[in-house]
Amino acid sequence: MKAWNTWERVLLALLVVLLIVFGTSQPGFMSADTLADSTFNFSEKGLLALAIALLVVCGEIDLSIAATLALSSLAMGYAMRAGAGPWGIGAAALITGCVAGAVNGVLVTRYKLPSIVVTIGTLSLYRGLALVLLGDQSISGYPEVFSTLGNSYIGEVIGVRWLIIPIEFVLLLVFAVAVGLVLHRTTMGRRMYAIGANPVAARFSGIEADRYRFALFVFAGFMAAVAAILLTGRIGSTRPNIAMGWELDAITMVILGGVAIEGGRGSIVGTMLAVLLLGLFTFGMGMANVTGIVMSMVIGVLLIVSMVLPRLLKSKGAHA
Amino acid sequence: MKSPMKIRREWLLLAIIVVIALAVGARAPVFLTWRNGMDIANDSAILAILVMGQMLVLLTRGIDLSVASNLALTGMACALVGKAFPEVNIVVLIIMALAVGALLGSINGWLITGFNLPPIVVTLGTLSAYRGAIFVASKGAWISDQDIHVAIKGLPREVWLGLPALVWFALVVLALSAVFLNLRKAGREIYALGGNPHAANYVGIRVPQRLRLVYTLSGALAGLAGLLWVGRYSIAYTELAAGYELTVVAACVIGGVSIGGGVGSVLGAALGVLFIGVVNGALPVIQVSPFWQQAISGAVILISVAVNARSERRSGRQILERQGAAA
Repeated sequence: MKAWNTWERVLLALLVVLLIVFGTSQPGFMSADTLADSTFNFSEKGLLALAIALLVVCGEIDLSIAATLALSSLAMGYAMRAGAGPWGIGAAALITGCVAGAVNGVLVTRYKLPSIVVTIGTLSLYRGLALVLLGDQSISGYPEVFSTLGNSYIGEVIGVRWLIIPIEFVLLLVFAVAVGLVLHRTTMGRRMYAIGANPVAARFSGIEADRYRFALFVFAGFMAAVAAILLTGRIGSTRPNIAMGWELDAITMVILGGVAIEGGRGSIVGTMLAVLLLGLFTFGMGMANVTGIVMSMVIGVLLIVSMVLPRLLKSKGAHA
Repeated sequence: MKSPMKIRREWLLLAIIVVIALAVGARAPVFLTWRNGMDIANDSAILAILVMGQMLVLLTRGIDLSVASNLALTGMACALVGKAFPEVNIVVLIIMALAVGALLGSINGWLITGFNLPPIVVTLGTLSAYRGAIFVASKGAWISDQDIHVAIKGLPREVWLGLPALVWFALVVLALSAVFLNLRKAGREIYALGGNPHAANYVGIRVPQRLRLVYTLSGALAGLAGLLWVGRYSIAYTELAAGYELTVVAACVIGGVSIGGGVGSVLGAALGVLFIGVVNGALPVIQVSPFWQQAISGAVILISVAVNARSERRSGRQILERQGAAA
């Protein structure tokens, strides 16, 4: 499966158009500072989107990913209250995320349940647990290092002042490259496409499909935990409704990125372009004082149009 | 469709509901009063209407995530019309709610069948699109109690023959759904195409037409639910019922409707609604924090799909064994 295809070119063209339109209509949009700061709004969602892209390529989905994020953030709070240091707090988040992902994985692979139902269930369960444990309270007062992780630029940390790329965005890029290499350059990646395209044939060719599925659910939990650490650090507190509804945003990024919801098709390049496209679009609209809800309407329409257009073009081509 | 296993499953769910109700009643007798029962019925009525639409969609292997947005948009439209035309009749409003809802639902159906798109993605898109349209239509303003039309507010408070109007609406929808699914040809075809879309196509069922029908019906019921919701809580705003689509799907799953299509009954789905209603009604009575509600419904979804899958797999394995024996 090629990482660079027609759909990726379309997305790149859209991204260029978007930069030109916002660059000319919004004074200040095209400055390096603004663009760097805009990445704060979508880096955590991008991390979730990477994990969901892999799952969707395999023909699965994880709707509980944002709820897992909330649970991981909660684990950070409890670890801090128990007196853990920064490493302990981080480890608590990662362990919680992986366990939550493993629960999804076991339910899907061992009990052969459809992942959409399982993760709707665990979405309620995880979010519900966060609500039960925290109620209408919030936890704050995290160590300084988390705030640095969430709010600072890589240049400040390594001592190169002009390098104003947020640490969050650097992490997103690192994970994107890693996930992209695994999906597009390794046997494991090829097998993920095979599992998504035809699970039965994949199983008969000796691919341990269930082991892959399980690992990907754990990976989704892990990414949710990484996003939890960054988001909790950035906003400095844990609330039970943290990252509410982000699962739909992340899925929209993945679908817009050209990953087929039925599995077996899609690329990380496309996903990342969609992350940038939606992130910058939302940021630019925000600069133009458009309300969040109208933006989500535009994104919803965009999602449908992005699916309808290729099929319209394809059917035209078939007739000609 | 009617294996002994499935009938037993519905009785089991009913038994669980009765046990919960009795156990809560033992601790707090007020729970078992007629008045409290009516409260639960009133709260469950709107969910029951939505669940019937969602069940039709799930039977065809689809899913309609846009129901809550549709509900809120139609509710807002009715509230705006009621505010602009004080003389409007309630019957006109009900027809309007059904029509607007059906229109929004048919857009889903048209996108899904016309372009052969996956239902989950289409309805995810319309979920956002319809939600945003509410903001555009209302300019972000709330329509609060004094601006809601008297007829809209009055409807859920009517009592006919000792039962609240909302319950009557739900019962009529349940009865019509049961007739449609069990006695009408189109209803049987929906089970058939959910069970095996290819086979359904070969026996001459017009699959795209049936799919458009279920999404339109789901939309119409969501629209009706929107009018009733706005009346019951006498408020309309952009975030109305946000996230409720998952509760609707949850009630279906608890009631034994399979996400894989082709399996589910009106009685089961109605019991699923009743279960959620009883649990939600019981929590405050036994002084458990309402925050537990979401966690419990999540756990129940997982348990019920696991139970469903086990009963389905048992029959499946038998078929495989027979094939193995023949070969």
